[in-house]
Formats: sequence, C-alpha cells, structure tokens
Amino acid sequence: MTTIKTPRARRPRKTGRRHPLASVALIAIGLLFTGGAYVAFSSSTAVATTDASSQQTIAQGEKLFAANCATCHGLSAQGSSEGPSLIGVGAASVDFQVGTGRMPMQMQGPQAQKKPVQFTAEQTAALAAYVASLAPGPAIPAAELLDAAGDAATGAELFRINCAMCHNVAGAGGALTEGKFAPAIENVSAQHIYEAMITGPQNMPVFNDMNISPEDKRDIITYLKYVEDNPSPGGLALGSLGPVAEGLFIWIFGLGAIVALTVWITAKSN
Amino acid sequence: MAKDDNGAEDVTAADSPGAQLATSAASTAVVTRDALANPGFPPHRPRITDLDHKEERKAERTVYTLFYVSIVGSVFAIAAYMAFPIVAEDPGSVRLNNLFIGLGLSLALLAIGIGAVHWGKALMSDHEGVDERHPVRGTEPVRARAVEIFQQANEESGFGRRTLIRNSLIGALVVFPLPAVVLFRGLGPMDQDPVALLNETMWKKGVRLTMDPSGTPIKAADVTLGSSFHVIPEGLSEMGHGRLEEKAKAAVLLIRMDPDDLIEAEDRKSWSYDGIVAYSKICTHVGCPVALYEQHTHHLLCPCHQSQFDVENHCKVIFGPAKRALPQLPIAVDAEGYLIAQSDFTEPVGPSFWERA
Repeated sequence: MTTIKTPRARRPRKTGRRHPLASVALIAIGLLFTGGAYVAFSSSTAVATTDASSQQTIAQGEKLFAANCATCHGLSAQGSSEGPSLIGVGAASVDFQVGTGRMPMQMQGPQAQKKPVQFTAEQTAALAAYVASLAPGPAIPAAELLDAAGDAATGAELFRINCAMCHNVAGAGGALTEGKFAPAIENVSAQHIYEAMITGPQNMPVFNDMNISPEDKRDIITYLKYVEDNPSPGGLALGSLGPVAEGLFIWIFGLGAIVALTVWITAKSN
Repeated sequence: MAKDDNGAEDVTAADSPGAQLATSAASTAVVTRDALANPGFPPHRPRITDLDHKEERKAERTVYTLFYVSIVGSVFAIAAYMAFPIVAEDPGSVRLNNLFIGLGLSLALLAIGIGAVHWGKALMSDHEGVDERHPVRGTEPVRARAVEIFQQANEESGFGRRTLIRNSLIGALVVFPLPAVVLFRGLGPMDQDPVALLNETMWKKGVRLTMDPSGTPIKAADVTLGSSFHVIPEGLSEMGHGRLEEKAKAAVLLIRMDPDDLIEAEDRKSWSYDGIVAYSKICTHVGCPVALYEQHTHHLLCPCHQSQFDVENHCKVIFGPAKRALPQLPIAVDAEGYLIAQSDFTEPVGPSFWERA
C-alpha cells in the first residue's frame, strides 16, 4: 500500500492559481460581474423612462413613428391603403403589436406574425405614448390586473365560452380561414394577453370591459398561467392539439408497435 | 398420419424436404389445379437452440426471467398504487398514479406475452404440420344421426306436442326486449312533440339578451365596434332542469360592425340595431357551435367541418358543407337601452331534421 501511495504524495499538488480550473473560474467570475453590472445598469435605465405622458417621450415617439411606421400608417397616423388608421387605438394596442414584434410588419400577408421584437422597451413606450396622445384609447393595463392571482376556475369558464373556440381550450392556438390562425397563448406575457383582449388585434374580436370585466380578464390570465405552470394530468399533452396530434401519434407509434410485434411473432426463430 | 371421418389425411410431420401433399383415392379434399406447381415446403432449417445446448439454456433462462419480470411488474403496480395516491387538490398526482400503475401493469402483461411467444418460438418443438381443409358437408351417417338427435329431443321434451308451452315460451321471448324499448323511449321528451321542441327556442318578444355565463343583460352601447358577445336568453342562467337543452338551441352570437358594411335584405332591415346583429351559434350542418369570428373579414368559421358564414350578408354559406344560412335573431332596444329580442327565430335553428318545414 505505502509503495503505491508515496509517488503520488511526492508530486507537487496543483493548488491555488496554478490549478487547471483556475482560469475557468476566473472567466466565470469575470462574466458574472460584467453581466450583473449590465443587468443593474439596464434595469435602472428602464425605471428611468416610465414617465410615458411627458412631452419629451411623446416627441421621441413621434420621431420613431415617422421613421418606422408612417410608410403604411401615414405621417399623422391617419392610415393609408397599406395600413389602418391608428387614431384612437390606444397605448395598449401599440404595446401589444410592437412589444410582440408583430409591428413593424415584415410583409403584407394574411396575418402579421410574431417575430423578434424590433424596438427596445423604452422605444416601444415612446411609440405607445405618441399614439395615445393622438386620441383616447385603451391604456396599458395596471400591474394589479396582471398578477395571475385571480380565480382560475372562473377564468377557465370564461375562456371556454369566449376564447377556446379559436385559441384551443388549453391555449394551444388553432387555424382560421385562408391562412389566418389564432396564435398559441403559451408563454405570452400577462400584459400582452390583457392588451389583446381589450384591443382585438387583427381578426380577433374586441372584448371590452363591459363584455369581460377587468377582474374577469385577470381570472382568464390566471387560468392561462395555471395551465402553463401545471403539467397535464393526462400525461403527454402532444401540444394539446387534440385528435390530430393524438391520432397521428397512435397511428404511427401504436400501429407501428403492433406491426413490429406481429412481424416478430410470425418470424421464424433462428 | 391420421385419418378423419372424411377420409382426408392430416400430415402431422411434414419435415422432409419437399413433402408432397398427395391425396389418396379416398380423399374428398378439394385440390385445385394451379398454373404454378406446388413448390412444397422449404427445407427445414434447425434452430440454433436445437443445435447448441448452451443456446437452449440461454433461451430457457430468458423465458423464466421474463415470467419473473412479470411478477415484479404486478408487485410494482400494487406498490405504485399505494405510493402514489391520487390527491384531490393536486391534478399532478393523477399523472404519477396513472403513469406508474400503467408501467407496472404493462410490464406484467407484456412480459408474460413476450415470454410465452419466445418459449414457443425458441424451445417448443418446431416441426411444420399441415391440416387438410375438410368439406363443409358432413358424412351421410353423421347427418342422419344429427336429425335423429333433434327428433329424439323433440319427442322427449314434448316441444312439438305441448303447443301451449311452446307458444307461451315464444311469447315470453318476444315480450322480453320491450322494457328496453320503453326505457330508451324515456330518454327522449315524453309529453311533448319533439318536432315542436326543435321548432322553437326560449327567445320570444321582449326577452333580454344576456351574457353567457353570468346572465347580465347587455346594453346596446356596451357592444363596441369589433366586439363579439356570447349571448343566452334572459333567465337561462338561473334555470335548473333542462338548462343545457335550452342553451343548445338558444345560444346566440352578438356582433357589432360598421352599418355601412352590412348588406341587408329589405324585409330584414329592422332586425339589426345600428350595426349590431345577432345570429344563432348553432351550425346548420350538424349543430356545432359556430363562434370563430374574424373581426375584419366578418366571416364566421365552424371548427368542426370548416363551414364559413358571411356575417355581412345575413350569414350566407360561403364555404363548406353547411347548406343553409345561420338563422338571424331579430333584435331591438328597450326603453332602458338594453338589447331585446323582437321574436323567436323565424326558422328552426341547427341542422336539418325529418319534419323540418
């Protein structure tokens, strides 16, 4: 035993800054600090620009609008043959369309698609402030309506009656006519869900506060977040798409297993 | 080789290469003259378990291991039932409970099946056998004997002689299914004419349009441009018995659009109110709820069979298997500004039925 141990003990131990992992640790610590500093910096700038109604913000939004949106929506947001008028659509509409990347639109088509967001949160807020200053319209909802702490059961009933026919009972989305579709609502922020309900983007109908009260909208968001956070009790949900996905699965894997077993049973043993 | 009553031979050991299925003169088996000659059996190839004693032992081990695995699966299913109980407050517990019981049970059954098949394929005797197909008709003595048995049974039981007993038995058997007929009839509406029920809904003059599910009445001013409201008649949300039956007929979709977009027939101009229109939500094809409303195209899509209805144009069918437009509910506004129905639908809602006028 001792003869084996001695040569190992004699070898100089790599400790401290000579350790092979020291450089890795150093890089990790460095990244952590720069990342942390960046997060701290960017969050402090976001806090600094929340004053949406200030004249300066509106002026900034007007410039952004003229540069990025006016081609289709007109220089004073009056609309053109390429895009609708934005007078009276409100800040909520802008925050939804620009905040989910749907606007500016990539190309004319059946439906503006979700894509990477083109503006910073600050620029989006400025655009929203400018459009809201043109005429009164739905405002960005208050934070207490977006906390997803309402009644999930009430929300589920309202969702089934008002939303599920297009968006699927689990919010997985579904097809509409001629290339249009109701998008999936999984991993959509509570604020964007709320804004979609009050503004009715694209072909979605409007659900104003007389139809679904703000508290009911909060319940609907609670239900959607509940579905998102809780696994399906029935096991693998297959995208919650219903008979299409489930039928395809059982045709391929269920029948495949039966065919394989039949081949095995009837094959000659070697 | 064994001979059966019909004189056909069962080739029970056709192991020799190219064994012939020659039929003797006494045989009644049907032999068709094919264009292709019967190639006979392929040469018998002994299995590895027949040649190698080690492989045989290995196959034996596999089979009994599989049966033991099945026992483990059964015990596992019992243990999983106790270890993962279903907790009422936690839907996730159902998932674990089902998953582990299912795994245990499928292991238990699959291992028995796979073990048995493997036993049969690798270890049981593997000589090929042929059973000749026999003619359906039995031999004359067998047929005569069968008739004799029937006659004897008739004589001994007196079935043909004691006609009262026989007829009462036939009567009892005929009456026996009647309760089922009555029970199934009871599932339908008893004291009402089903045709009349299908022809009318809860809507009538002055009934307020209320929101589904709360039953809150709707003011015309609440229905803003582009809105769609899911509507039930006033009083339906408080109904106890028969609520769903009534809802299935009376459900309505309320939509407001620009009055300039509406193309209305002269006699129906008074059915809408300032661009607000109300249409039955029940598809005229097979009765699915049509509620996929597109705000800009003003099209309604039925999710079941993709029928499309044009709300601008009295919900005429523009695509799909539906044949009739969705029935329109004539609406008006009462003194307090709430939306009310002018009357019931002027035609039966939903899919066609035999007596539909």
